[in-house]
Amino acid sequence: MAKANCPLPTSNLSEILDKYKQSPGSLLEILREAQAINGYLSREVLQLIAEELGIPESKVYGVATFYSLFKTTPTGQYIIRICESAPCHIRGAQDVLATIEKTLGIKPGETTPDGKFSLEFTSCLGLCGVAPAMMINDQVFGNLTGDRVREIINSF
Amino acid sequence: MEMVKVTVDGQTVEVPKGSTILAAAKKAGIKIPTLCHHEDLNVNAMCRICVVEVVGARTLQAACSQPVSDGMVIITNSPAVRQARKMNLELLLSNHPQDCLNCVRNQRCELQTLADQLGVQQQRFGTKTRPEYPKDDSAAALVRDPDKCILCRRCVEVCHDVQSVGAIAPANRGIKTQILPAGGVDLNNVACVQCGQCTLVCPVGALYEQDHTERVWAALADPEKHVVVQTAPAIRVSIGEEFGMEPGQVTTGQLVAALRRLGFDRVFDTDFTADLTIIEEGHELIDRLNNGGVLPMITSCSPGWIKFIEHFYPEYLDHLSTCKSPQQMFGALAKTYYAEKAGLDPKDIYVVSIMPCTAKKFECGRPEMSSTGYPDVDAVLTTRELGKMLRQAGIVFSELPEEQYDEPFGITTGAGVIFGASGGVMEAALRTVYEVVTNETLPSVDFTAVRGIEGIKEAEVDLKGTKVKVAVANGLGNARKLMDLIKEGKADYQFIEIMCCPGGCIGGGGQPIPTTNEIRKKRIEAIYEADADLPLRKSHENPAVKTLYEEFLDKPLGEKSHQLLHTHYTKRNKYPQKSVG
Amino acid sequence: MAIYRSHVLVCGGTPCLLKGARTIRNLFQQEINRYQMADEIRVVETGCLGPCDEGPVVIIYPEGVMYSRLQPTDIPKIVEHHLYKGRVVEELVYRERKDSKEISSKVPLEGEKYLDRQKRVVLRNCGRINPDLIEEYIANHGYEALGKVLTELRPEQVVEIVTASKLQGRGGAGFPTGLKWSFTAKTQADRKYIVCNADEGEPGTFKDRLIMEGDPHSIIEGMAIAGYAVGAEEGIIYIRGEYHLSIERMARAIRQANEHGLLGKNIFGSGFSFQIEIRSGAGAYICGEETALIESIEGSRGEPRVKPPYPGVAGLWGKPTVVNNVETLANIAPIILNGPEWFRSIGTESSPGTKVFTMLGDINNQGLIEVPMGITLREIVYEVGGGIPGGKGFKMAQTGGTSGGCLPMEFLDMPMDYDTLSKVGSALGSGAMLIIDDTHCIVDVLKSFMKFFCHESCGKCTPCREGNTRLYEILTALSAGTATKAHIQLMKDLARTMQLTALCGLGQSAPNSLITCLRFFADEIEAHLNGKCPTGVCKSLATQFEAV
Repeated sequence: MAKANCPLPTSNLSEILDKYKQSPGSLLEILREAQAINGYLSREVLQLIAEELGIPESKVYGVATFYSLFKTTPTGQYIIRICESAPCHIRGAQDVLATIEKTLGIKPGETTPDGKFSLEFTSCLGLCGVAPAMMINDQVFGNLTGDRVREIINSF
Repeated sequence: MEMVKVTVDGQTVEVPKGSTILAAAKKAGIKIPTLCHHEDLNVNAMCRICVVEVVGARTLQAACSQPVSDGMVIITNSPAVRQARKMNLELLLSNHPQDCLNCVRNQRCELQTLADQLGVQQQRFGTKTRPEYPKDDSAAALVRDPDKCILCRRCVEVCHDVQSVGAIAPANRGIKTQILPAGGVDLNNVACVQCGQCTLVCPVGALYEQDHTERVWAALADPEKHVVVQTAPAIRVSIGEEFGMEPGQVTTGQLVAALRRLGFDRVFDTDFTADLTIIEEGHELIDRLNNGGVLPMITSCSPGWIKFIEHFYPEYLDHLSTCKSPQQMFGALAKTYYAEKAGLDPKDIYVVSIMPCTAKKFECGRPEMSSTGYPDVDAVLTTRELGKMLRQAGIVFSELPEEQYDEPFGITTGAGVIFGASGGVMEAALRTVYEVVTNETLPSVDFTAVRGIEGIKEAEVDLKGTKVKVAVANGLGNARKLMDLIKEGKADYQFIEIMCCPGGCIGGGGQPIPTTNEIRKKRIEAIYEADADLPLRKSHENPAVKTLYEEFLDKPLGEKSHQLLHTHYTKRNKYPQKSVG
Repeated sequence: MAIYRSHVLVCGGTPCLLKGARTIRNLFQQEINRYQMADEIRVVETGCLGPCDEGPVVIIYPEGVMYSRLQPTDIPKIVEHHLYKGRVVEELVYRERKDSKEISSKVPLEGEKYLDRQKRVVLRNCGRINPDLIEEYIANHGYEALGKVLTELRPEQVVEIVTASKLQGRGGAGFPTGLKWSFTAKTQADRKYIVCNADEGEPGTFKDRLIMEGDPHSIIEGMAIAGYAVGAEEGIIYIRGEYHLSIERMARAIRQANEHGLLGKNIFGSGFSFQIEIRSGAGAYICGEETALIESIEGSRGEPRVKPPYPGVAGLWGKPTVVNNVETLANIAPIILNGPEWFRSIGTESSPGTKVFTMLGDINNQGLIEVPMGITLREIVYEVGGGIPGGKGFKMAQTGGTSGGCLPMEFLDMPMDYDTLSKVGSALGSGAMLIIDDTHCIVDVLKSFMKFFCHESCGKCTPCREGNTRLYEILTALSAGTATKAHIQLMKDLARTMQLTALCGLGQSAPNSLITCLRFFADEIEAHLNGKCPTGVCKSLATQFEAV
């Protein structure tokens, strides 16, 4: 379904593969850069990587599904990663989460119907000094409150 | 070898330096319970069942992975050890379906056995904390039941490290960890060769063969059907294990008797078509040698190997002998030659194979394997499934008399028998090719260089001036090595035998559980024992095969042979689901 | 180098950047230009200054005055009054917060307890230099230690010095660093590796991020010295994928070190070569475990390996590998320069040196501090940390992050070092100090801890994969009022089994907090069995109780 909209950008992927092919153990780097092309790692992308590196596709898939920053299905344009670790928890992360859930109408692990936002948990972002904290794509936000998080979401 | 002294539960034992605690305990007469550990595979130490106390250590140690050191004091049976083992087992059980009675591995399950052994008698945890997973029965030969999986990863080890197929691997993380085909799709949609080696190492009922017993029972009960059965060479040296016999016993006669008692109309032997394969394949080799055909020629009896080369080396399919496997040759002849002789309509003949193999279930369903318009073979039972049927029928295997196969497909030679072991096809072929090419009798029929469990074996045979260099590989990891040599142009062989499973068919994915390398060796010995016991040792001396050519086939590689006994192959993708465009 | 009369250090740590530190920096520069003081005053974006929840934070030297919670409108005022006219803008000066209402009237910043109690070894340059300029690091004795070892010391002498310093690994486990180096130094191999573990993921911990952001060269120098000591020529820094700024700053620092001949071939003409590569994670807490980290560098799932063999003997690509934490490596250069005796004079006898703590949770001064080992919990909470906001009571401190343990009031005077904490079932760990006030429910807090481990368990071994979900399940039953006495015993047995049998440190330490709480807060936990949540946090219980 999503495939039709996202043609495989083979040329970019080949560049990435060419860059890393010779250095062993670069699978994570390749996956990270490959994901940047389409926002997720499609089956075709994983197969191409497997083929080029000469490792089984099942292994590439296993690595891609182990790390929480990798996605094997299409996600929203913006991924909201909210920290629910203890320091954020005791500073009210649950209220922030509840506000996000209410504002967007989705639960962690889900994507809004318009494909704009995905919501998920992250482990500690090391922003405990400004807890509760979250990330939206590469951007970090701290000192969250219900109001502030609503404001942030609306600004996207 | 440097030895170290350790104390296990108060007993001092001396073991080689670097031995595991598990080995040291065994020497002290203590069998530490294990679950993820398998003697032929890498040690992962993940289940944490085999933990023991080591005096001075802060935590309990996994006996399967921890090497002993001199003076180590080990306690294998303390309250802490017992409690920890039981707790870890309870944790596994708490996410394992509690339907042992309906499980294919009921009473043959390592988890169930452990639960009994460690005294688990109640379920203290709540409902499942991991997702429910649906059963995957998409593949022709294998069933995955991930709900039952306890994540020991033996299947992954065998699929990647031994077979170099890599169809399944751990995916996801934490409690959601699963052993999955790539992309989380069904097994049928990845390059799985259906060798079933995973089913041999699975401790529970998470991986097993597609059941054909019900359809066989139905055929046996159908008065319209003339049900014939063929037994692969490897069955006669392994079926006894299903009934508690020691590995390595030849039980050909009891096997025949058992099948008769199950109600088969004729009990035949795949060894017969193994002999036939040698005639056809031998002539094909001679033809390729003489007429500049594609070399090296590679054997084609092993369906797991065929699917492997189709997926991973499709550009080398013309190296394969065009001969069908003995199972399929048998089916094709049963529904033509035999039907004619017995005055039966091929549609009424039902062909059952007893195979040490799961991939044979896939092979019999290949579209090109219906040369009469009907499938050559209708059902394939693994050794395990035959064991199950015999138990259901109440047949006490060990007390059966020895009986003889039916004619004409029961007349066989030792060359057919050794098909069951790695190197056997090669040896059988050499016995015939030598005599056909040189017109001389072999001084000795035993080509011991190609025998044994070693992964890759080589030999050179002098056919009176023509030197033929041959190689034999067992296990797909070794097959891959040979294929890569061919790819690099470094293989100067004329003839290669490849068997999918370690040790050859005696180590096949449909064999009794456990099948370990030690057991494989014993079955191999038994195979050569059966060979040596037969009056005829060379395929071209099989009188029934000679008659078959006289009455029906005319000549090797002739028109009828071409039609019934030879086949073609399919180029497959490494990524079967690859989308186009 | 030009001489400036004043330096304006604008905190460039992530929390301050979040609060607009870049705008503040630009405004300072703009205003300084307007007063034509650009030749006299230098604006520097520096590493973390510590009090993260007070950002954006700025320090002006030489006075050492710290301004906090700056708004753009404050900048013209500071430039005019402080930098132009020489008068401190008192209403904007950073105040240690004892209580949110109380504002200290003390002006001299150096006298503030927040900074007063600190002893900066690891953070010696953080907030004092521009991390993006290698010249500033060099000007502060940077790379002197590397020069010293390469020109004056034999590798085994370097190992001896580090061993004599009794430095312990600062990542969590506290393994003696010198001993770790000696294993790798002794192992013969054609290749060896130094891996810097910067996969900081312990909840409540962000010290490594701030060191990387504030003083990246201190890590590079430590790694190069380690490389020389054990005979490794290749280094890898494995940085959490989420730490974008750290990756950027480390990469720049490595480039500069190469340009200055401080990395690369034949450093200082000594014949010793060393290069460093950055690898980054992709979201997996477990990769902080050293063998999981190695698996990840090799491009695999970050699952811990079976030990032995230990990485020191067979690690990355099967070669001898030293894996050291960021903070550990940042200690190396000062030890080389000042000697092991100096290092041992700081802290306690069994745990010498300083420790970087992160203070979080219900505490007035949240942020980062570096103090000598052996400081008490009370000093951290009530002196350095400024007490608990809103006049609430201290309930417990979780030391060492989520894999550490929880200490109640009676341990307030216990010295914080590796030995003492482990004796009571807790840990110094990564140095995270999560302070929890008495309005929180133990069961609720424990649920949050266990949820973390459910999310982060790699799934390889049984006790961790299954056990964490079962502990969470029982805690959930407790907070819902459906647990029984048998559940508490089951939880104890399970927690013990996890400690004893999990494959790696993560699984073994996951139940630590639970075990300590079962010991110290048994009454509160058991109250839940009778349908009562003493703090009223467990909502289903509270209503249930009220209804009765």
